[in-house]
Amino acid sequence: MTFPHRHLLGIEPLEPPDIQTILDTADGLKEILDRPIKKVPALRGKTVINLFYEASTRTRSSFEIAERVLSADSLSIATAASSVTKGETLLDTAKNLEAMNPDMVIMRHASSGAPHFLARHCRFSVVNAGDGAHEHPTQALLDALTMRQRKGRLKGLRVAIVGDILHSRVARSNLLLLSKMGASVVLCGPPTLVPPGIEALAPVTFRVDEAVEGADVVMMLRIQLERMSGGFFPTTREYHRHFGLTEERVRRAKKDVLVMHPGPMNRGVEIASEVADGPYSVILDQVTNGVAVRMAVLYLLLGGSAEASS
Amino acid sequence: MSRLLLKGGRVIDPAQGLDQTLDVMISEGTIEEMGPRVQPRGAQVLDMKGLVVCPGFIDIHTHLREPGREDKETIATGTRAAAAGGFTAVCAMPNTDPVNDTAGITRAIVEKARAEGATRVYPIGAITRGQKGEELAEYGDLKEAGCVAFSDDGRPVASARVMRRALEYARAFDLVLIDHCEEPTLAEKACMNEGPVSTHLGLRGQPAAGEAIVVERDVLLAELTGGRVHIAHLSAAASVDAVRRGKARGVKVTAEATPHHLFLTDEAVRETGYDTNTKMNPPLRSEADRQAVLLGLRDGTIDCIATDHAPHTVDDKKVEYDQAANGIVGLETAVALCLDRLVGEGLVELPYLVALLSTNPARVLGLPGGTLAPGSPADLTVLDLAKKRQVDASRFESRSRNTPFGGWILKGWPAMTIVGGRVAWKDAR
Repeated sequence: MTFPHRHLLGIEPLEPPDIQTILDTADGLKEILDRPIKKVPALRGKTVINLFYEASTRTRSSFEIAERVLSADSLSIATAASSVTKGETLLDTAKNLEAMNPDMVIMRHASSGAPHFLARHCRFSVVNAGDGAHEHPTQALLDALTMRQRKGRLKGLRVAIVGDILHSRVARSNLLLLSKMGASVVLCGPPTLVPPGIEALAPVTFRVDEAVEGADVVMMLRIQLERMSGGFFPTTREYHRHFGLTEERVRRAKKDVLVMHPGPMNRGVEIASEVADGPYSVILDQVTNGVAVRMAVLYLLLGGSAEASS
Repeated sequence: MSRLLLKGGRVIDPAQGLDQTLDVMISEGTIEEMGPRVQPRGAQVLDMKGLVVCPGFIDIHTHLREPGREDKETIATGTRAAAAGGFTAVCAMPNTDPVNDTAGITRAIVEKARAEGATRVYPIGAITRGQKGEELAEYGDLKEAGCVAFSDDGRPVASARVMRRALEYARAFDLVLIDHCEEPTLAEKACMNEGPVSTHLGLRGQPAAGEAIVVERDVLLAELTGGRVHIAHLSAAASVDAVRRGKARGVKVTAEATPHHLFLTDEAVRETGYDTNTKMNPPLRSEADRQAVLLGLRDGTIDCIATDHAPHTVDDKKVEYDQAANGIVGLETAVALCLDRLVGEGLVELPYLVALLSTNPARVLGLPGGTLAPGSPADLTVLDLAKKRQVDASRFESRSRNTPFGGWILKGWPAMTIVGGRVAWKDAR
């Protein structure tokens, strides 16, 4: 079986069967992580470069572990956010890396569309590990894997995505993926953090209670305090009261609701600690699934054979 | 000086209400005579059969980049691009380095253009010193040195008080202020239009309202002061509406639109996968905005078509979308785009387009030309309506190649430009 894509630039170019394939592959590969010797030779001899222009803890370590488990040769380059001020352009950096003949570059970048730019100009496979406010496809895939494991399906699930939709690549990728897979999404946040035109893709409400009502999954988004210079809401206190997920609000959802958060969390802002640490929370499962999904993506894009995964 | 006889062309001169087959005699750099059969009397004869002869096209919004960014464009290359695009004159925006805010710089541009320019060059001076939006530039001196209007183009005049003083003060010299309308606090870090497409692409957008707010302000300030304001590159439906209402009240307001805002929308950013040649300011807007600009062009709200020719090096464009420079080249595509997409599609009649490109620009800025009436400067643009050709950026005369129109097949191209009675460019292909 061959995967019909060379790059993973976003959820948008994927068809539902592609998503299915990635999730199935991740499910198959996940078992390796429970073995005493967590290593298979699937990607031996493949070179992968993690190029991170933005800070990342979870995503980067998750990719690095996935690479090691699959025996790829990998290295990570963490560049200060402003490579531009350092003098080298993104294209020059990429061309220099290309000259070393890597099979794949995994990139996080603050500019939306930066991975597309790379894919257009370079030979290697490109995986988008988050571009600006555009997409973060592996996050949406790991979220979907978590939902599917817990609920047995994606189709028909009612998913509330709550918080800073405007700046969130996680929200965009999740919205695309869940819509493609037949889930019904409700978006919620203060009007200042809901981007124009998004209502064409999913219903929008400004009331958290309404969004959470009857939900199978409540996905809270991080309030990006570092991007809050624009005065989008008056105080974090008020934000928590009106848009945060509290115990009381969770009760409006289905009994077996899943509470998710892509991390890093601002406890007491978008999510109360009792909820984050409570019985519905699958936040740490998401992290574990992150490794499995990234293994699947590396494996499928770098053309590992189907047998090696079993 | 030699004499030229343009024989048997379809002569269109909206200023005289002319559209018929005529011969045009040029002598001593001026139009000498027009008639159904003008005798050569020793003049060099150019056969214009099957071609259209118009008063020279004037682009009132060009960035020639000289002085300061000669790697992007020079007066020589920019005016060659203009001539090859059918323009006989360009108005050079002052956002050079240094900014054209003093008479010395204006004179240097005028002299360089006289020596090296393929077309006429009319400098535009800055509204404020250094285009900083604070102190007025010396309009009197700038006018004497050759400036034909004032603009802080590329930057809006953010302060209403400064804009008011500028409009008042410019009245003493009877010159127009050209404003780049943008409310800066609504456009911070924006790299495209705000709307469903920016949401989809995750790019920071600026709302159309940010332009319209300043257009409304400028119309009201022109009304208050009796000054003359010209709105650069209108891109938003609400801006067109503001100008239309202003004109109806008798305010001295005029406006221009660019080909890219007439023929592209923000969908182009998505369709091209973040191609930085779709990035300019004002940004490509929604289809509703585009339709409104088109309507404004047809009903006379918008007076002229201007290119906003903004050359940039490959290095300035071959970067991440939000890092890329704003602007595209336009001189060598504008006329063909308009012939194909406006006249070819029946949206405007050819004489009306000639008015948008020649008669009206001359009137708005009070420039010589814009007509073929005997005694006028012999600046002429000749069009070949039958010529079909693909836009090929690699063959541009401009030093820069940043166009979103590469590969477009267009019918109707300039065939010759005559500046001051001399053939400045002739299509050799």
